Amino acid sequence: MSNDVFVITDPLDGEFSDVSFEMVGKARELASAFGGQAVAVVVGAGADANVFASDATLQIDDPNLEQFNPEAYGKVIEALVKEKSPRLVMFGWTATGMDLAAWLSVRLGKPCVAYGRDLCIENNELVVTSQVYGGKMIAEITPEGDMAIVACLAGSFPVEAGQGSTTATTIVSPISLDGLKTKFVEAIQPAAGDVDITAQAKLVSIGRGIGSKDNVELAEELAQKLGATVSSSRPVVDAGWLPRTRQVGKSGLKVKPKLYLMLGISGAPEHLEGMKSAELIIAINTDKKAPIFNVAHYGATADLFEVAEAMLELL
Amino acid sequence: MNIVVAIKHIPSIADDLPVKGNNIDFDSVDFVLNEFDEQSIEQAVLVKEAIGGTVTVVGVDLIGELDSVLHLALAKGADKAVKITADEPGADSHMQAKWLAEAIRGMSADIIFAGVQASNDLDGQIGPMIAAYLDIPYIGGVSSVEVTGNTATVNKEFAGGFGAKYAVSLPMVVGVQAASKPPRYAPISKVRQVAQTVTIEKIAPTGDANSGLTFRKIAPPAMTGHAEMIGGSSKEVAAKIVELLKSKGLA
Ligand SMILES: Cc1cc2nc3c(=O)[nH]c(=O)nc-3n(C[C@H](O)[C@H](O)[C@H](O)COP(=O)(O)OP(=O)(O)OC[C@H]3O[C@@H](n4cnc5c(N)ncnc54)[C@H](O)[C@@H]3O)c2cc1C
Ligand SMILES: Nc1ncnc2c1ncn2[C@@H]1O[C@H](COP(=O)(O)O)[C@@H](O)[C@H]1O
Repeated sequence: MSNDVFVITDPLDGEFSDVSFEMVGKARELASAFGGQAVAVVVGAGADANVFASDATLQIDDPNLEQFNPEAYGKVIEALVKEKSPRLVMFGWTATGMDLAAWLSVRLGKPCVAYGRDLCIENNELVVTSQVYGGKMIAEITPEGDMAIVACLAGSFPVEAGQGSTTATTIVSPISLDGLKTKFVEAIQPAAGDVDITAQAKLVSIGRGIGSKDNVELAEELAQKLGATVSSSRPVVDAGWLPRTRQVGKSGLKVKPKLYLMLGISGAPEHLEGMKSAELIIAINTDKKAPIFNVAHYGATADLFEVAEAMLELL
Repeated sequence: MNIVVAIKHIPSIADDLPVKGNNIDFDSVDFVLNEFDEQSIEQAVLVKEAIGGTVTVVGVDLIGELDSVLHLALAKGADKAVKITADEPGADSHMQAKWLAEAIRGMSADIIFAGVQASNDLDGQIGPMIAAYLDIPYIGGVSSVEVTGNTATVNKEFAGGFGAKYAVSLPMVVGVQAASKPPRYAPISKVRQVAQTVTIEKIAPTGDANSGLTFRKIAPPAMTGHAEMIGGSSKEVAAKIVELLKSKGLA
């Protein structure tokens, strides 16, 4: 057993996503409280790994790790963690970390906390704050035993604290990666051709509360009157009511408009990841307990159709 | 092709979640199907329609109310439904994944679908856990699946429209983010007809697993940065918003 904190960094397009740096910053704090080291783990040799403020950075070089491959990454991380026995393994609750954290928990028989928002140490015990039930509840959790896995929501800690220039040590894969059943075929690029919502100053953003494809027209009309563009939460796109290019959030686009007017969006953490730094956030929602009201600057507990119709008359 | 869908019945977040002691008061919440399971059921049925086979939906019956969810899945094109009768409303993901994995082990599944996540996945999602228990590959965040022979080709989403295509030798577990087509609608009449004609297979939970997590507390988030609320009728709200936007040069 060691008192080290391992951060499994999150690859993004040949670099690292912000949550990687956020976690390294947090890991430094936790490692010094545990009396261990903050170790950044970079799987694959594709990216420049000398970018973290970690005590040490390990970069694992193997041709099978050039692209994200959940099977290969899982095997390598499992072998490394078994060998080094850190006190804590941090993942991002991201497209890559979500494939690995719970899997590793079962493989190792160690507890895992997902949707992590904060971590601290009280009386030498790790306490994790987790944002569950779509952001409606905050749980304080203590994982038992000598090793824990925590998957952290992006945007939980400052990025700067994890940025640095620690020289990475390159190691070969601790396990053979022959006979993988999962093969990377090709990268998928974003569809082009629609308006770029990241470049718009004003967005009228609709959520599942809009109810049906026919009702999207009302949002279009309102947007037109405001000189805005219509964007949305994920369910609206999954239902086929708007194209994928309009989706804001974790698996969509990150936007920072001057105005983000939200109609019928609850404010799930995955949506917030894409819009919480908008300059002016106004949310209309019939549920007075909707989590979006913790983030919006202005809110109204009201029916979006009534408010939108009334706004149209005034504009 | 033996297609299995593992589903999760979860506390509804449409209403307030009551707390009892250090956890949710599971006896007084409504349970609903995890939203991503709707996508995963649809994706399973789409694969069956493309290449043939049977779709078996399996879930843990936490509160004795899983039948309606299973009937809906059958009405949407699943062929068989299995419930693991547990009567443990607070069963965590580790426990449910273990029971599901043991149930699925006997089904000689070629491909297993699960929702990419559920809002109560505090200890992680059942999809990757089932894969770990069965020692087969997992890919989550998937938005399309095609099966040819013994290989599944899946598209995984990263962010901002970026993604990757993988080819995986079956069996595997797929964590579905979105089906390749929006989920179909099942008319009530069809659901009723299914409810009267199809028998749901009941099995007892086997195996034991534990998340190893202790709850110190669960509560709604502290209202630190609460929005300034605009009161009044919808017309008044609209007027105040328009006024606000005008004052900021945004309308
Ligand atoms: C890996 C992953 C990635 C994801 N990526 C994204 C992403 O990029 N973007 C994203 O948005 N989501 C994403 N999600 C989904 C996310 O978890 C939520 O499911 C989603 O954000 C919910 O969208 P919503 O707020 O529109 O719907 P809901 O949560 O269903 O909320 C609808 C809201 O509308 C309100 N409402 C209903 N009727 C009315 C009315 N008449 N007037 C006013 N209000 C009304 C309701 O009170 C409710 O609050 C992702 C999920 C996963 C697992
Ligand atoms: N007055 C406010 N009321 C509610 N939320 C706010 C307010 N100001 C900022 N926020 C939110 O707090 C977070 C940080 O805001 P800021 O530091 O102002 O960029 C963002 O998610 C903002 O949306």
